[in-house]
Amino acid sequence: MPTLTIDGRQIDSPDGSTVIQAAETLGIFIPRYCYHPGLSIAGNCRICLIEVEKNPKLQIACNTPVADGMVVHTSSVKADEGRRAVLEFLLANHPLDCPVCDQSGECDLQNFYMNFGLYDPRFREQKIKKKKAVAVGPHVMLDQERCILCSRCVRFTDEISKTGEFGIFNRGDRAEVGLYPGQQLDNPYSGNVVDICPVGALTDRDFRFKARVWYLSSAPTVCNGCAQGCNVDVHYVLDRPHLNDGARILRVKPRYNADVNQWWMCDEGRYGFGWIDKGRLTKVRRQGAGATWEQAVAGITEELTKVGERDPERGTCLRLGVIASPQLTNEELFLIREIFQRALGARVTASVPMPAGNSDNFLIRADKNPNTHGAALIGLTDATAPDAAAIVAETLEGQLDALWVFGYDLTKLVADEDLQRLSRSLRLFVFSGTNDNPTAGCSHWALPTAAYLEKEGTFVNAHGRVQRIGRAFPPLSDSREDWRVLLEIAGRLNLGFAWRSPEEIFQALARSVTPFAGLTYERIGLHGASLMTDASVAEVAVT
Amino acid sequence: MAVKVLRRRDLTVWEKLYIPQIASGLKVTTAHLLRNLLLHSAHRLGLLQNRRAAVTFQYPEELRPLAPRFRSRHRLTVRDDGTPRCVGCMLCETVCPAHCITIVAGEHPDPNVEKYPVRFDIDLGVCVYCGYCVEVCPEDAIRMDTGILDVAAYSRDAMKLDIHELMNPSLRKPLTACMLEFPHECRLAGGEVSTRDHQRRN
Repeated sequence: MPTLTIDGRQIDSPDGSTVIQAAETLGIFIPRYCYHPGLSIAGNCRICLIEVEKNPKLQIACNTPVADGMVVHTSSVKADEGRRAVLEFLLANHPLDCPVCDQSGECDLQNFYMNFGLYDPRFREQKIKKKKAVAVGPHVMLDQERCILCSRCVRFTDEISKTGEFGIFNRGDRAEVGLYPGQQLDNPYSGNVVDICPVGALTDRDFRFKARVWYLSSAPTVCNGCAQGCNVDVHYVLDRPHLNDGARILRVKPRYNADVNQWWMCDEGRYGFGWIDKGRLTKVRRQGAGATWEQAVAGITEELTKVGERDPERGTCLRLGVIASPQLTNEELFLIREIFQRALGARVTASVPMPAGNSDNFLIRADKNPNTHGAALIGLTDATAPDAAAIVAETLEGQLDALWVFGYDLTKLVADEDLQRLSRSLRLFVFSGTNDNPTAGCSHWALPTAAYLEKEGTFVNAHGRVQRIGRAFPPLSDSREDWRVLLEIAGRLNLGFAWRSPEEIFQALARSVTPFAGLTYERIGLHGASLMTDASVAEVAVT
Repeated sequence: MAVKVLRRRDLTVWEKLYIPQIASGLKVTTAHLLRNLLLHSAHRLGLLQNRRAAVTFQYPEELRPLAPRFRSRHRLTVRDDGTPRCVGCMLCETVCPAHCITIVAGEHPDPNVEKYPVRFDIDLGVCVYCGYCVEVCPEDAIRMDTGILDVAAYSRDAMKLDIHELMNPSLRKPLTACMLEFPHECRLAGGEVSTRDHQRRN
């Protein structure tokens, strides 16, 4: 392993690694435009110049392999001077339309100019005009004037999405990024080129002109679009409701996680956040009329206490069915199991029929629920559990007297008339969910609950990785988190749970469900943690 | 907090006599009267122009001249083709210490302009007239040089200016039609995007 010195600090870097990677492990940031750790090395932007001792010329850090005894200076006068000259060339034809550009505020041209540019422009000639505001696909807008030809987008479509729509055409100062004839940038990962574009050449059509980036707050979470569980940052605005018609979320960006999604995410997840701000249930409703949470909790518990009692008219026990959802967190599913299955002996399921979506062998999974794996581990979808169709059928046959549905729209299973009939025949029909749907309209109690970005919790992705979803912003005024509602009901039923937060529920879950053993919120952290697999359980037993 | 008690000076005997004090007061008034009478008469004859005399303005019929850098009501400057110079960069909204500016940006039909404010509101009831918005603007799109001082209204809502009133300072609500000469999508022009206020959540 070669040992080299960077800015007076020694480091061992693996064979074949480059100076920019070695510097990164030391925490030294070398500016870059074309270099991206997830793509091949192009070495064409020349901004990462460094001074290597005994080398007459400046070298590019991204494509200089480390060598034993190498002495590197990343911010010597000579290196800074070289970078300033490179930046001056890159900005020669730049239109400087920062006030209009959506990238400004997170643009590397702006950042690096302020860091080590700060020269007086000497370019007096006419700037080359190119095409502006070209919609290259359903999600991406191209501005050829702002482009510095780093070719990150070209390499992304060649190497990651493997669709090859982009190319660089013409030569010299007329060189421009563009689509090959007849092509559209419509692959399922097209939004990523916006993230990797270091300047404002590729911008998001969905986010276009909605806000300035310095208005955005960011919160780490996990995409709930499918079972892959890509790590993402949600960018939202709470204090300027005029910006996006009052919607809080403005965009979603992938967050690096080496084990799940690296730097990428799919367009479906990236643009699928609209439901969090549109069509939400906002008020507690009883038979369609307004009610309060206190009334709802009291009314529902009163009915729930009768579950298991003998109905004097029919001579059978009152029975409860619960259709949970793999959209819920592990904590909530665990509470559902403890309260409804264990304490009340209800028929509980979390397997709801959902048409399999599209999938590929990269990030997109056919299972569009984020927590199917977690529901299975907690035992709500295994072979002994009924499925949603069975519970609905039992309800229609009159075997169940009370039904609680979490978020699922029953009209996907039964006809509208049957749903109406079901609503009339049930003693108790609770719908708790985030968004309004026909089932909420037919239910006796419709409870508005928090979307996944508004609550703490964990999901287990398809590879058995437990990931925290975090809480970006508080729930809408009258909605509550599912776990809070369930805990309140458990309290009213005197079930003796001492838990007060998702973290405490998770601790109980880790003690109770073997695969979660040894996990805590702290250990899961920002990047998630693997579940105990059968193999690792055996390993622990051997050692 | 400590309180410092100040005793007023006792009047002297001369002051207590009262009549001499009235006379000295009248002396000051008469001196000003005679000085202004003399100077204004002289100004009429074109004399003593460099000596200034007191003036009374018959406001609001007669307006006082304003200093060139005086900050009065805002206006949005306009390009030759009648479109706003503003490109909706929201720097003024960002810098505004009173948070009185509200901008919603939209797509301009000309790709070389790209962006323009669909909605640009200033709440004059909140504005502190600091002039930062003028200073920060990279496009010279907002100025405070209309000379309009009499911003008065019967309600807080009426203190809010929208893009029509800002681009044409002679306009004032209620507006019946969109007076802008470019394809603006406001409600007055029959478009979807309105100048309505969005309800704050919670």
